[in-house]
Amino acid sequence: MEFNAHKPIYLQICDQLYGQILSGELKADDRLLSVRELGIELGVNPNTIMRSYETMTAANIIYNKRGIGYFVSENAKNLVLNEMKNEFINAELPQVIKKMRLLEITPEEFLQYAKA
Amino acid sequence: MIEIKNLDFGYKKQPVFNNISLNFEQGNIYGLLGENGVGKTTLLKLISGLQKPTAGECLVDEVAPFNRWPETLQKIYFISEDFAIPEGTPINNIKGLAPFYPNCNIAQFKELCEEMEVNPERKFGEMSFGQQKKCLIATALALNTDYLLLDEPTNGLDIPSKTLFRQVIAKHANENRTIIISTHQVKDVENLIDPIIILNHDEVLLKATFREIAEKLYFDYGTDALPDALYSEMIPGGYVSVIRNPERFDSKISIEVLFNTVMKNKETIKQLFG
Repeated sequence: MEFNAHKPIYLQICDQLYGQILSGELKADDRLLSVRELGIELGVNPNTIMRSYETMTAANIIYNKRGIGYFVSENAKNLVLNEMKNEFINAELPQVIKKMRLLEITPEEFLQYAKA
Repeated sequence: MIEIKNLDFGYKKQPVFNNISLNFEQGNIYGLLGENGVGKTTLLKLISGLQKPTAGECLVDEVAPFNRWPETLQKIYFISEDFAIPEGTPINNIKGLAPFYPNCNIAQFKELCEEMEVNPERKFGEMSFGQQKKCLIATALALNTDYLLLDEPTNGLDIPSKTLFRQVIAKHANENRTIIISTHQVKDVENLIDPIIILNHDEVLLKATFREIAEKLYFDYGTDALPDALYSEMIPGGYVSVIRNPERFDSKISIEVLFNTVMKNKETIKQLFG
């Protein structure tokens, strides 16, 4: 995993897992790697992984079974979809629109590409 | 816990520390940063009992390491940057150290050597600098000391070895262990170290976790430098600017940019984090 985006690492780790939930690689009630295992795999401080898991737990996307580990929630996929949609609309889309204006791409022109 | 209280230290006519205080709590991987000559290595030598404070205290689990009691020294291992190359092979070297370190685990050492892709049966003298260093890192981890002090551990490691280094440190970190990594190569340990300590001549400029830093400072990556930035720096594609963060927005901390920000705003940073 490359950490390049200008986004806090703990959120990038959430995004990586969100991607796996959306693609179906991680399904409801699947167990996540432990904080330790993921920390080793990524070479990242365990506190950072812990923060990612806490963030996802607070969003009800994963849940913690004490002493066993973290699992994907029943409706994780919908929650992730909503969360990522909101983020796209609020953070990424304005950038796209800004760039479209800069490059003088009209909404009509854009639609052509979007439909393709 | 390591407690440094009102410590003074200097070499002959050259003062290094004047009344510094700093604690290291169990279970963390500290990143110790500072410009050349501010005393990072000296601090590690004081903690490992190689140097004696001129005044004040340096305590490891409430005992001064300079007393050099075996009960204290068996809890501490220090890899200096200019390490002396041991005689013979790494396996014999660790077997020689084992009697002094009660938690030493030879099987684990062999595993670590395998992970780090070095041969513990080969003579140190026949290895490259990077291989010697990897053997010493494997040794240090397998001694299972509560305190592990690493001075520029990634110097001389090739690119895959730096990745391995981060992985083995993440693997062997635990709640009982305190790891202190002193380095200039912050990119090598960027996501590994937390909290960060920035030393300056005579003082600790910053000691904070990533979370605390992100709550107080916002790192803006944009096409322009922000006018009210504490510090800004050109990067490919634009600027990164560091501003105060009263609204607590989340951002990605770049340690190099943080370091430069701290060096240019010493008093502001001390107030902000004090």
